[in-house]
Amino acid sequence: MDVLSFVIVGHVDHGKSTLIGRLLYDTESLPPDKIEEIKKASSGQGRRTEFAYLLDHLEEERKQGITIDTTQVFFKTPKRRYVIIDAPGHVEFVKNMITGASQAEAAVLIIDVVEGVKEQTRRHSYMLSLLGLNQVVVVLNKMDSVDFSQERFEAVRKDADEWLKSINVEPMLYIPISAIEGDNVTESSANTSWYNGPNFLESLDTMQNKQPPENKPMLFPIQDVYKIDDKRINVGRVEAGVISEGDEIKILPTGESTKVSAVEKFLEKRTQAIASESVGMTTTDSVFLDRGNIVCVPGSEPVLTDTVNASMFWMTKRPFSSDMKLTIRCATQETSCRIERINKRINSSTLEVIAENSDVLENLEVAQVTIKTKKPVAIKDFNDVQELGRFVIVHDENICAGGIITHVG
Amino acid sequence: MNTNLSQLDKLENQSIFIIREAYSQFRDVAMLWSIGKDSTTLLWLVRKAFFGKIPFPVLHIDTTYKFKEIYEFREKYAKEWNLNLLVAKNEEAIAKGMSHEKGAFQCCNELKTMALKKAIAKYGFKALYLGIRRDEHGIRAKERVFSPRDEDFEWDYKNQPPELWDQYKTKAAEEEHLRVHPLLGWREIDVWEYVKRENIPVTDLYFAKNGKRYRSIGCETCCSPIDSDADTIEKVVEELKTSKISERSGRAQDKEDDYMMQKLRSLGYM
Repeated sequence: MDVLSFVIVGHVDHGKSTLIGRLLYDTESLPPDKIEEIKKASSGQGRRTEFAYLLDHLEEERKQGITIDTTQVFFKTPKRRYVIIDAPGHVEFVKNMITGASQAEAAVLIIDVVEGVKEQTRRHSYMLSLLGLNQVVVVLNKMDSVDFSQERFEAVRKDADEWLKSINVEPMLYIPISAIEGDNVTESSANTSWYNGPNFLESLDTMQNKQPPENKPMLFPIQDVYKIDDKRINVGRVEAGVISEGDEIKILPTGESTKVSAVEKFLEKRTQAIASESVGMTTTDSVFLDRGNIVCVPGSEPVLTDTVNASMFWMTKRPFSSDMKLTIRCATQETSCRIERINKRINSSTLEVIAENSDVLENLEVAQVTIKTKKPVAIKDFNDVQELGRFVIVHDENICAGGIITHVG
Repeated sequence: MNTNLSQLDKLENQSIFIIREAYSQFRDVAMLWSIGKDSTTLLWLVRKAFFGKIPFPVLHIDTTYKFKEIYEFREKYAKEWNLNLLVAKNEEAIAKGMSHEKGAFQCCNELKTMALKKAIAKYGFKALYLGIRRDEHGIRAKERVFSPRDEDFEWDYKNQPPELWDQYKTKAAEEEHLRVHPLLGWREIDVWEYVKRENIPVTDLYFAKNGKRYRSIGCETCCSPIDSDADTIEKVVEELKTSKISERSGRAQDKEDDYMMQKLRSLGYM
């Protein structure tokens, strides 16, 4: 059975955790002892049964009624299984939201129909678009608080649509729901007779799995080299295409050419491996590969460059300054780097341009940057092969920024 | 060729990727093996990642209250798989008579967390592989794949480092060690289906005898069996598909108070 992972994002208190709790409860995905446990914990905090407690497991989360960190839970429909990634809605936990969203294949944006589009509604959806998540369902929650008013639904939908258009997100659907009461969550509600679309659960079943890029030219970034008996086995994950015994290959950045002698997997006889498989590979000549080398097809090499133009989001409290010692990591490649130019600084919740040609970057800002790397890196357009079109920037052993390469060369 | 990888294939490939990412960063690493189904599955994946030759020790934290079947299993497969097995105990606490009768929190903390601390100090490990899964417990669901512990061994769950795509945390000097969790995205049933597919040996305690079996195994003193007739792997998989009871319902240390697991884990518990 297929598994699809989706993230739920949105402004604080717009009902993310409640929606997930309701979904799990109504699909009978919860063991009775879990339900008992939340009932007990809820009354311990003097609350009515709090669905959010299914995800908000930290004592601090329950006491304060907020989600601090991202979490993942499982459930299934007759069609397939799901991994739900819950993401916190507070501005100070955006890095946790991005962590969660980077693991998802699709997204659900939740908006409180009373409050409408808010700061984190905009920021989160902008992050989704940067991360390349283009399957988005929008749910307008708390419809019970506006007497299931179609007029209110349409007004918020119009606002949301305007914003999403400006960041190139085309939602698959807008669904009126009440997570707390269950309207249109797993069953279509009589309270919204004016709405004829699918309910939330039905909408999930229309989302597509992300396919590994099998039909592209082969890319095999080297993770490590193991000496097993007399063999030097180059291990890694195939990030695009198919690697086969006998393939002519080229190695970046050295430019050496050789052939695949064997594809290796423990306890298996292999002649090839496809995108997303973790395997080992030996070469016919004694070329010495190393972590960070990119094995590719001669004639279809990624671009090798020391200049990376990208959209980058800064996700740490310490603002960027030019004296910071930074490292860029793209697939298994790693080298020190500096941000040569910040061409444009953008407020991620308003798209307002804060500055052109700046030399600082603050937490949660998005920027168009030019990065100079110490050693050349092999890159691809994010829309072609994501694994070589995205990178992180590391400072003091912590990931402080992520980026997407949309212009190569 | 059939290009549709099954869900188990996807999980296996991702776990092997994680195992190799951690080893490329840390050569001073060990794997925690509790000898239960999860860490034995992890051990199987580690063997695959390194083509049968695991380049680091496998560490068993022995509370001395484990089932005799666990000790037998440990000796048998340590030999068969040619493991560099290390057994660590908190001898001092054991000599003083620490047991679950002093309270599960106290006992787990002394005989597991403290024993682990001592072993890390002794051998100087920079990272540890652990077979925890998100669906076991809500607190474990909050974990990162690479999760740092500070000098006091504490888990700063309120301020975890970001983890983007498959780019994980690297270890900072002030961090004591990193926990690496290659099975985080597996569910209980995935583990069993994988055990079945790969013919991974697991202890007989998981299979029903006289209408009872263990679903989750820790110390003999703090584990209760569940009612079950599942005496084969096939029946266990079937049972899990219909079961409404959570996996760790037989584990005493989860029960003592609402936030027991959080408190234990924040102090460095596995």
